[in-house]
Order: sequence, then C-alpha cells, then structure tokens
Amino acid sequence: MATVDRPPKTTSPEAKEYQGPPAVLEGDHTYGSVTDKISGIVLTRRTPFSWFLIFGVGFSLMMVFFGAVGYLLLKGTGIWGINVPVAWGFAIINFVWWIGIGHAGTLISAILLLMRQEWRTSINRFAEAMTLFAVACAGMFPILHMGRPWLFYWLLPYPNVMSLWPQFRSPLVWDVFAVSTYGTVSLLFWFVGLVPDFATMRDKAQNGTLRVLYGMLALGWRGSASHWHRYETAYLLLAGLATPLVVSVHTVVSFDFAVSVIPGWHTTVFPPYFVAGAIYSGFAMVLTLVIPIRAIYGLEDFITRRHLNNMAKVMLATGLIVAYGYMIEIFMSWYGSNSFEQYMSRNRMAGPYAPIFWSLILCNVLTPQLLWMKRFRDNVVFLFLIAIVVNIGMWLERYVIVITSLHRDYLPSSWGMYHGTIWDYATYAGTIGLFLALMFLFIRVLPMISIFEVRSLIKTNGRPSQPE
Amino acid sequence: MSSDKKQLDLTAIRERLRTQTGRDYWRSLEELADNEEFRELMHREFPRQASEWDDQVGRRGFLKLMGASLALAGLGACTTQPLEKIIPYVRPPEPLVPGQPLFFATAMTLSGSAIGLLAESHMGRPTKIEGNPSHPASMGATDAYSQASVLSLYDPDRAQAVTERGRIRSWSAFQVALAAETDTLKTRRGQGLRILTEIVGSPTLRFQLQELMRMLPQAKWYEYEPVNWDNRQEGTRLAFGQPMNFYYRLDQAKVILSLGSDFLSSRPEGVRYAREFATRRRAQEDPSGMNRLYVAESTPSPTGSVADHKLPLKPSELEQFARALAARLAGGGSGSGDTEGKHGKWLDAVARDLEANRGQCLVVPGEFESSETQRAAHQINSALGNIGKTVEYSVATDAPSNQTAGLRELAGEISNGQVDSLIILGANPVYWAPADLKFGELIMKPRLRVHLSPYFDETSRLCHWHVPETHYLEQWSDALAFDGTASIVQPLIDPLYESRSAHEVISILQGRYRTGYDSVRDYWRRQRPADFERLWTTALNDGVIPGTGTAPPMSQMSGVAPRTERTSGQGQTDTQRDRGESAGGPERRPPGPLSATTSPAGSQQGQQVSAQQRQARPTPLVALQSQGNRKSDLEVGPTGVGPTGSTQERPAPAGSLELIFRPDPSVYDGRFANNGWLQELPKPLTKLTWDNAAFVSPRTAEKLGVVTEDVVELRYRGATVEAPVWVLPGHADDCATVHLGYGREFGGRLAVGAGFNAYRLRRSDAPWGGPGLEIRKTGERYRLATTQTHWSLESRNIVRTGTVEEYRKNPHFVHEKQHGIGPELSLYPEYDYEGNAWGMAIDLNACLGCNACVVACQAENNIPVVGKDQVTKQREMHWLRIDTYHEGNLDNPKTVHQPMLCQHCEKAPCEVVCPVAATVHSSEGLNDMIYNRCVGTRYCSNNCPYKVRRFNFLQYTDKETPVLQVMHNPDVTVRDRGVMEKCTYCVQRINSARIEAKKEDRPIRDGEVVTACQAACPTHAIVFGNINDPNSQVAKLKKLSLNYSVLDELNTQPRTTYLAALRNPNPELGTE
Repeated sequence: MATVDRPPKTTSPEAKEYQGPPAVLEGDHTYGSVTDKISGIVLTRRTPFSWFLIFGVGFSLMMVFFGAVGYLLLKGTGIWGINVPVAWGFAIINFVWWIGIGHAGTLISAILLLMRQEWRTSINRFAEAMTLFAVACAGMFPILHMGRPWLFYWLLPYPNVMSLWPQFRSPLVWDVFAVSTYGTVSLLFWFVGLVPDFATMRDKAQNGTLRVLYGMLALGWRGSASHWHRYETAYLLLAGLATPLVVSVHTVVSFDFAVSVIPGWHTTVFPPYFVAGAIYSGFAMVLTLVIPIRAIYGLEDFITRRHLNNMAKVMLATGLIVAYGYMIEIFMSWYGSNSFEQYMSRNRMAGPYAPIFWSLILCNVLTPQLLWMKRFRDNVVFLFLIAIVVNIGMWLERYVIVITSLHRDYLPSSWGMYHGTIWDYATYAGTIGLFLALMFLFIRVLPMISIFEVRSLIKTNGRPSQPE
Repeated sequence: MSSDKKQLDLTAIRERLRTQTGRDYWRSLEELADNEEFRELMHREFPRQASEWDDQVGRRGFLKLMGASLALAGLGACTTQPLEKIIPYVRPPEPLVPGQPLFFATAMTLSGSAIGLLAESHMGRPTKIEGNPSHPASMGATDAYSQASVLSLYDPDRAQAVTERGRIRSWSAFQVALAAETDTLKTRRGQGLRILTEIVGSPTLRFQLQELMRMLPQAKWYEYEPVNWDNRQEGTRLAFGQPMNFYYRLDQAKVILSLGSDFLSSRPEGVRYAREFATRRRAQEDPSGMNRLYVAESTPSPTGSVADHKLPLKPSELEQFARALAARLAGGGSGSGDTEGKHGKWLDAVARDLEANRGQCLVVPGEFESSETQRAAHQINSALGNIGKTVEYSVATDAPSNQTAGLRELAGEISNGQVDSLIILGANPVYWAPADLKFGELIMKPRLRVHLSPYFDETSRLCHWHVPETHYLEQWSDALAFDGTASIVQPLIDPLYESRSAHEVISILQGRYRTGYDSVRDYWRRQRPADFERLWTTALNDGVIPGTGTAPPMSQMSGVAPRTERTSGQGQTDTQRDRGESAGGPERRPPGPLSATTSPAGSQQGQQVSAQQRQARPTPLVALQSQGNRKSDLEVGPTGVGPTGSTQERPAPAGSLELIFRPDPSVYDGRFANNGWLQELPKPLTKLTWDNAAFVSPRTAEKLGVVTEDVVELRYRGATVEAPVWVLPGHADDCATVHLGYGREFGGRLAVGAGFNAYRLRRSDAPWGGPGLEIRKTGERYRLATTQTHWSLESRNIVRTGTVEEYRKNPHFVHEKQHGIGPELSLYPEYDYEGNAWGMAIDLNACLGCNACVVACQAENNIPVVGKDQVTKQREMHWLRIDTYHEGNLDNPKTVHQPMLCQHCEKAPCEVVCPVAATVHSSEGLNDMIYNRCVGTRYCSNNCPYKVRRFNFLQYTDKETPVLQVMHNPDVTVRDRGVMEKCTYCVQRINSARIEAKKEDRPIRDGEVVTACQAACPTHAIVFGNINDPNSQVAKLKKLSLNYSVLDELNTQPRTTYLAALRNPNPELGTE
C-alpha cells in the first residue's frame, strides 16, 4: 500500500535521534489488563451515557428508515426524486457510498494483515464490524430502488421453471455477485477472527446465560496449539480470499457506470479511482467512529495516535489518487475531443450542479491536503472533522457522478433536473441510523478490539507481530 | 303529446307543494298535478316503462347502486338493446371473432366541421380512432382531438343522469316536463323560447331546428361557439360582397403565404391541408417541385415552425402587412408605409415570389385575424389567379349570421325579459361567453333553463334541467366536412349513461320524441328518396354519403406526387381492409380503396344535396365579379365592419400591448378540459401541459421584467386575470397570447383547477383581442409543467436540416454532419434476420409537430396519464414525444421538430444492462420489452442515449375505475407500477398482421403493418415496414441520401432513422 509505515527501529520510545512513530500500544499493559479492559466494556453492567445517547439517535433514525421503507413499498419509487432522465438517485448514491465505507474493514483486516502491519491489530475488529454493517446498509439500497423489490431474487441464478438465467452481461448482476461475496467473506472473516475472543468472553463472563451464548459462539475453542495453528491458517486463507475482493467489489460497482454509454459514466479510469475512493471513505468512516469511541471508553492505550496518524496517511494517499481520477476524467474529456464528454465536464463545473461539484473538490481534494502536516494528523479533533468532511465529500462525489452525468446526456430535449425528496433524505438518514444502531449494539455485546491480537503486541513488546 | 291537453293547474300544484313536508321528490309538474291527463299521458307514452317508472325508489336506488358499473351495462347486460338497426349487430355476430377488432365509420365534429373516422371496436367497445381514408377531411389520418375523443367517451366525470336542480331525475320525467313546456309554447307560437346551440354541423339537427323555428315562429335559435368563423365570414363578405365558403388546395400551391393562419394543424381540415402541403414538401427525389412557405404570424404555431421564412408580427402589424401586400399585388393603395419600411425586404421578396407563381400560389389568412387581413388575402388570391386553382370558393347559401352578434342579441333579449325559456344544446355560455355579456348573471333570468351537455358544467349548474349529452361514439347523427361532404355519425356503443343527443331533445320540442336514429334516417330519406336503403348502407360503410361534398378525394387529384401515392392511401387502406375483412361480413367491411365505393363529387345529385347544406358548387366567376365590384372599398380603407372588424379601429393606449386569444392546442375552447390525454399532451412549441399561460416574446418579457412562470396580472379593458408568463421565442413583440379553454370551475376533476380563464378578458366586441392590454408583474411564481426544458440543440447534430440548394449541390451533406467517427466494431456479434426486420423512417421534412401521433400512441398502447405533479417531476409516460428545438436568434428562431420514440437499436445499450433480460432483441430486430420480467432497476433508461424509456414510478394506470378498464386496448398489456415501458413499434399490430399472413401462407405485405403513430400522421411523415425487403417503402426511404441515424457515432445502429429536413428559402431573403 501507499503508506507503509516503517517499523520502529528501536524498542525505546525515548530514543533521541529518531523518535519513531508513537507505539501501537501505549501504557503499561499486561495480558491481564488488556483482557480486562476490553472484555470489561462488554461484561460490565455500567453502560456510559453517551452510548445511550448515540444509540438512541441511531435507533430513532432506524425507525425513520423503517417508516420510509414502508411508505416506499406501499407507493413505489415515485416517492423519491428520480425521474427520466435521472432514473437513479439517492439510492444508488447511497449504495456506492456505503459500499465504499465498507472497504476499510477488509482492507485493514486482510491486506494489512498480509503486509504484516501490526498497527491494524487494535482497529481491525472494529473496522470489520463497520464493514459488515455498511455492506448491510449498502445492500438494501439496490433492492429498495427497484421498481418491484419483491422480485429481487430474479437477479440470482436460481433454478426456476422458466429456465431463465439472469442476464450476465449486465453489471448489475456482477454487482449481486460481488456484493454478496464480499458480504459473506467479510462476515466469515469477522466471525473467525472473533472465535478466540468469544472463548475469552466465555471464560470471563459471570452470567450463566452469557457464558452459554459466548460458549456456543466460541465453537469449543480451548486455545490449544492445534487450535491456534488451524486458526492462523484459516485466518490467513480468508485474508488471501478477501484481499482481491477489496479491489473487485468497488471495481464491479464502478462498472455499473463505466459499462454504460453515458458521458461521465463511460470512463476507463473508474475502477481504480472507485477503489481508491472506497478506501478513502472507508478510512474516513473508521476515523469518524473510532475517535469518539476511543474517548468514550478510554481506549487511548489501544488506539493510539499512531493508529490515527497512519489512517490519516492512508486517507491522504487515497485522496490523492481520487484527485488524480477527477483530473484525468476532465483531461480525457478534453483530450478525447468528444463533444458530449466535453459538455459533460463543462456542465459539471459550470452547470446547475456546479456548487455540488465545487463542494466535492473542496471536501475531497483541498481539505485533506492539510494532512500533509503532522500537527494536523496529531490533532484528534481536527482529524475527526476532516474525516467527516471526507465522508461528505465522498457522498457528493457519487452525487456528481450519478446525477450530473444523467441529467444532461445526449439529447437536449430530455434534459432535466433531479432533487431528492424528503423520502430520499429520510431513507438516507435512516440507513445512517441503522448503521449507528448496529455499530453500538456491536460495541455493547462484542469485544470491539481483538483481545488476543492486542495481547500479542505485548508479547512482542512493540516489535512487529509475527502472525504465524 | 296531444295538443288539446288541458293546461296544468299551477295554482293547485303550488298549494299541494306547500302542504307537503319532508323529502318528497316530485318529478314534474304534471305528476304534481296528478290529474287524469298526466296518468293518461304516462301510460300512452311509455306503456312499457309505466310500471317501472312508478317505482321511484327502485329506480333511484338502481341508479345509485349501478353508478359506475353502468359503464359496463353498455356492454349489453343492463340496458335495453336499441331497436334501431345497427350495422355491426344486425344478425348474430358471426363475423365477430373475439380478439379481432372491427372498424366502423363515423365522424367527429369540431366547431361545425367534421372529420371522418374509423372507430376500432373490440367486442363492442370502441378503443381507438383511425382516420377514414374515404373522407376528405381525414384521408386516413387524424388529429389529436379525434384520437383523444375515446377517452372523453369513457370519462368517469361525464354527467351520468338527468338532473333537475341538481337532483337525479329520470329521462322520462324530463321528457314529460319538456313536452308540457312545448305545449305551452305552441300556444304562444314559441314566444319566449330561445335555443342556443354550438355551431351546428349536423344537417339533420339544422333541419330539425329549422322545422322547429317554422313551427314556433316566435322562437329564436342562436348558434354560438367561442371559436367561431365570424371573422372569416366577414372577410369574404368584405372581399366578395357576400359570405363565401372556401377551402384550399395546398397540393396545387407552390408558394404559400400564411397571414397568421395555423392551417396545417388547427381544426379538422388541418389534417387534409397538412397532407396536401406535405405532398409538395417532399423533395428527396425532385427538389425543384418543393413548395415554399412564408408565415407571418403573431403566435408561433406548428405551421410557422415548418415555414421557410417566418416573420413575427403583432396582429395590427399583420393587418398592415396584409394591406400593404394587397396594395402591391392586387392594386389599391391602402398599404402602410411603415410596414413597408420595417419589413420592406420581406414584403418585396414575398410579393415577387407570389407574383412569379401566379395561379400556383396561395395566401392563407388567419381564421382569427381581423376581417381586413382576410379581405386582403382574398384579394391577393383573386388578383393572382389562384381562385379555382389553389383555393376554391363557394357561395355560402345558408350562411349563419355573425355568432358573436347573435349571442349579444340573445343577451339583450334575456336582460329585457323577452326570454321565458332557454334551451342550451351543447354550448356552455356561462363559461365561454364573452365576459362583457355577463352571461352568468343573465342566465338566471329565464323561467325555464334546460341544458344538454356532456358534463355538469358551469352552465348546467345554473340551469333547472341538465340532460347528459351523448358522446359522438354513442349517438346517431350526421356531419358535414369543410367541403360539404356529409357523413353519418354512427354509434359504436350504447350510451354508457342516461344521456341523449341534441336530436332527441329537439324532437321533444318538435312535439314528438324520436330517436336520433329515426331523425337522421328521415332526413336523409327525404334528401334521397330513391334508393335510400342502399345509400344508407353505403354511407355507414364508407363513412361518407355518396354524392355530397366538392373536394375530390386526394387520390383522384391531379398533380399528386407519386411518392404520396405510395405513402398514403394504398398501404394503409389495405391493412385496414385486411384487419377488418378478417372479421367483417359484407356489411361490416370497412371502407375499401377510395375508388371502389365512393364516387367523386360532381354528379347532379351531389349538387342538389349540397345546395341544401349551405354549400354550393364553387362559383369562381361570381367571386371574381364581386371581387371586382368591391375593389373600391379597399381604397376607402377600413370601413366599420362591426364587432369583428379591423384591429385598427380603436386607438391603442400608449405603452399597451395587444392581446391575442387563441383556442388552446390541447383543450380547444375548453370542451376537452377533462380529457387527460389532451391535458397532458405537450402543446406544440412549448411542451406545456395541464395549464395555459400568457405567451410573450423574449423582448417583451425583458421589457416587462418577467420570466417564465412569473405570475402577471393581465388587464384588458377593465377585466383582469392573473396568469403565469411563458416566454416564447418567435412570438411577436408587444403582444401577448392567451389560450382559451382553461380555468374551468365545473366540468370534471381534471378540468377544474387547470390554468386560468382567459374568457374573463374576452369582449364581445373584440373576440380575438386587440390593443389595450396591460401587464403588471405580481411578484408571485406559478409552477408550469413542461415535458421539455431545454430548447437548444447545443450544436449537436441530432436534428439535421439543410436547404434545397445544399441538397442539390451535395446530396450527402447530411452525413457530413456526423459527430466524430462513424460506426465501429461491436463487442457483440451481428444478428441475422431471416424473415422480417422492422424499421421506421421519419421524414423530418413532413413533421409539423401536430401531436396526432402522440395521442394515437397513447390510445393504442394504454399509456396512462400521470398528472401535472408528475409531469413537473418529468415522469410523463408518452412513448412517443415530439422534441422541439429552436435555432438561431431568440426573436425569430428556426424551429425543428423531431418525433422521438424507441429507436430499436441493433446494438441496444438498454439490452446489455438489464440484469433480468426484461428487454431483449427479437428475431425481427425489435427491442422487446417484457413487462412481466421487469423488476424496475431503470438501468436501461439510464443507458438509453435517446431517453425514450418510460418508467411507472407510481401506480399510474387507474385500475379502480371500471369505465376506464373498458377503454383499454385488449391487445396491449396494462402496466403496473415499477415497470419500465417504451415504444414497441406497435408489436401487437405486427403480430396481428403476422397471424393474417400465416393463415394465408404468405409473407407480410409491405404496408400491412401500420403503427398507430403512422396511421394518425396527417403528413405520412412516419413510414414503417420491413427493411429486409428492398422494395418496401421504408427500405427505399432508408436508402435516400437524406437518411441518417441519430447519434450514430455511438454505434447503436438505430432501426428508426430520420430523413433530414429540407428548407426551401427564398434566395432573396437568404437563410436568415
């Protein structure tokens, strides 16, 4: 990856000549203290008030989501702002946005695992959970946006009396495979990674019911050497499986656009720039969530400035790739001397949606440049704000891609405008609520940081971990 | 009813009513009187229904219960079958094959002029209108109004029962009441009786009314319609000394000047004119024969949009221009120097061009322009020897008097208390009478007010009795075309509701109730006593009465270009015959080729008949003489010509604008205001739906500081109305056009609340407007729903045009306009087409943007209406739209039209992206849509470069209203929400032709499949057929060098291609 952190050369953080990056585990932790601290968050009876606050917000928004979906199923997609020519709107924007967010988890867990980036350890569990919930939110949109959502299974190749297959040339069918595979592998990966911790929780739990529940989830884990051996093998294999998926999912999602003939969609730069954008937004979302949670639960020892710094660097790097994508798109439309493409670029920059385009440039290209400066990367509050700006920017990016390309395509007679309706916003906000609710439920009932992996950091005493 | 019947004892009735309490309904004065005469009358008149009639509650309950389902009753279950002989069901319907449509000739009248139609009937339900090839006003094509008339038939908002003061009554109760009235009237020789009708186009009804007037000499009958021909008649009177009827022969005209006339798309005869115009417009083979059209107009019209040269002039300027031109070409010296100076070059060029084409040119005056403008046009036509060549005149023997003056007279009589009973047939004077007559107040004066109309409207509300009027598809009547050709209006279905025709109501006044069928038959029997039955059958079959009319059918005209022959009659007629013949017996056969049954006019018999129909044979000699006599008038300048006279009469207040009234292109004078298809029909040039607006030119808008959708207050001679502004490029400066027909207060769910009521500004002394309009900005905004928001081509070569000169020099100029590189290799293999490969060619040179195809498509394919709110969200469902683009300068742009429908691409971008294979390529090259399979991802729509796919965002199809279910074309699936749809090339018609061909073991013939849009097109701009067959018409068109594909650089390889539009500009004026 673009931002490979060199491992610290010295075990001593006080070294004079080079201080090195902050440690991945701070404080004076023992195996016991790590286990107690992380499992304690779940097993305690005391839940911080801020948990209730955020979960409450999430839950309320989730109810809004159910309301919006109910009305949608009752009336049809006409309650949204979509029309002809802009037949895709918030649903697809949100789908791509959520899928993008879902990229960080697997990237952190799988690719950084393979690259032996030990700083991933304390954020991977959290990021994976985020991925799962983001994919769940994302996956709902393509179904809800269908005119007849109850027939979504027609996109699956299932045996039926009509001997009909899906139409395999359609990127939407590829989407089905890509997203469902990604969702499945992410779930497995997350679950497998959880097994040793389930065992820990089972052992730590005072409550009999909890012990049984965690025990069942731990699948009989006893921590024997052969267990560890099989676990490591399985985890590595899954990491290997998941790695190409990180690249493929958003590549396939980008095909939804790139395969079409619409100026502004039909672009070969889309796959790499979508993947970069996905990682960009994924890390931004991890930061957005991790910074407050770290503060709420006092996890500064586990999620250190080193983590935040690294994530900021990943954001900066992927942000630059995304900026390059924007630039190349504009360049190609000019260089290709295709008048439709040229018009599309001009229209994005100066047309009715120009404010959105320029906000996107501000959010996604200009603001992250501040991350070049260490003092911004080290400033937690500032990092949180930038992450939110990037999240907004990535949403705007999808808005620009989906809406501005469609609203003025080939025949000027069919040009039109698109604006989201109250139901569009309700559904979008609703999925954010769903996501938050799920996320905070996860935090409450499962160890949000991998206990056994953080323990391994102690063993190596700050040196890179050796997963094998 | 016996005339010796005793007078009712009104005092006794009042007494009895006073003593009664509670909801005790009474039906008629006689019933109240409950005297011997009444009982006797009841049993004598309605022996069959006497007992049922007595059972009042039963009948009311029945009506209440059946309400909407009465619609289905029309199918034969619940109403009694009529006793008259209806051609389709005279015998057990052996030829009625379920699933096979039958076609019956009928006619629809608009402002007194008929268009002959063939109505498609599925198992007794009329579902679709086609043109009648034998009828001179139709020649196989239709206009948007007739296409949409089917929806009016099934309109659930139609009045459904006879009412008295809003309470439901039985028809018999009304009959008794009116009969009683007749008896009193007879004793007074009709004194106090006034009858107000619309323009009566039916000879039978005219005869009935004349009879009635003879019977009741003190009664008076007025004809009034807001869209009337007063100015036109006045113009001929000015020019010839007497009112004349006239019609044009545009196929004979090489140079045409329109002085504010939208002759190609307005009114029923526009269909014929468009056809004739197009025959001289096609220039692919012989560019030298192409006609040239100059249009000087105030309000941009479809006619103006196809002009070679257009000059926006406000009405007063137009009149000056006409006078100047007349002075130049026909002598006389009243031309205004000002106009000459301002538009001198234009006038010079036009004058020279007209003069150079003496006898082959034509000046068409606008029907609603001042009579002076009309006079000038007649003079020029006469001076240039066009009479008898490009324009035919005939003396209007039975010319109706000035209608506006008549209405004013009626208003005067009412206010003087001279009117005791007012019977209004069809008209809606409370809504559409000029505002200064205050008809809404006056109408309350007569003691008895009876209203016959299809809707319970503004007038019905203020009348005692309201009788639902039958739709033309459910009544017997007859109608005259512009040239006097008579047709029988034959019902396709029993009246859906308790409705009656004007014939039937009048017959009661005449003293004896008779059905429309009897009246019409009697009238024609009297006209043609010899051989009547044969005539009747022929007339029903052909849709025209042999021997009437003066215009020869198109195919018998001389000088018809060979291409037209191919495009027009033959193919279509064959198809219709095939479609019908498969089902119809000898009597039910729809009209065959023209020559087979219709004899051309000119027989002695024809003359005799037409004389009785206020239409005589052309008498050009008379015309010329009178023309000569009247010439001196011209030199004197404008004379007082009464209310409809010159726009110059009144000095305009300084700084004021001129106001122009026009019938609306969609709802006409308001009668179609409850027709969803027409309300949602994008109006030509503005694509405005569901509303009218005040149209102003960009420059005037700038001066007023308003933009489109700004609400302004229109103040015209004391009356004010608030209206949204629409800035229309090409509109004349310093004037504003408002369209009539909106702002209804009653008359159906769709009618009420749409637009503003321009009648409030209308004055009986200036029915078509004039100077004195003031516009004030209110600061409010009003949302208008349009289906097109962008009018520039953005230098894209989507619509390709050129001049004849360009074409002559380089026949392939069209292809040099392609963007970038041409077709490339495709990832996907080519398809093989062994049998048919369907394709379409659309001649942009012939397209006027008249919208007939749009409604035809909607009717044929069960396309739902979505409503204004959905149109503002750009969710209209039309499979076929007409794109309009403006080019050039804002004040006088060139306008081009392009019908845009599914292009049926060979390499269709939509097919590739559908995840469930709901849109697939057929073995004949159609891009099929499988509604059942569609899950509604809308990816296909996004990926369609033409954006011709339409999505059911909501449940648009009304599946609840029973009467609307009956309307649907059973051959086409009705789509639900969440499903994509689009043009199918009328695949149901292809399939029905295929079945016929298979039965006869032959290939489908060229011209056998006629798509709905093609059939409706007045100019044959749309040609459909098998492109695998090199001899097919469409294949030949596609070989022409003018043929091009839209967006061919995308390699979509569309099956629908376009022939570039050619203009024939006058070299003197250049191509500006």
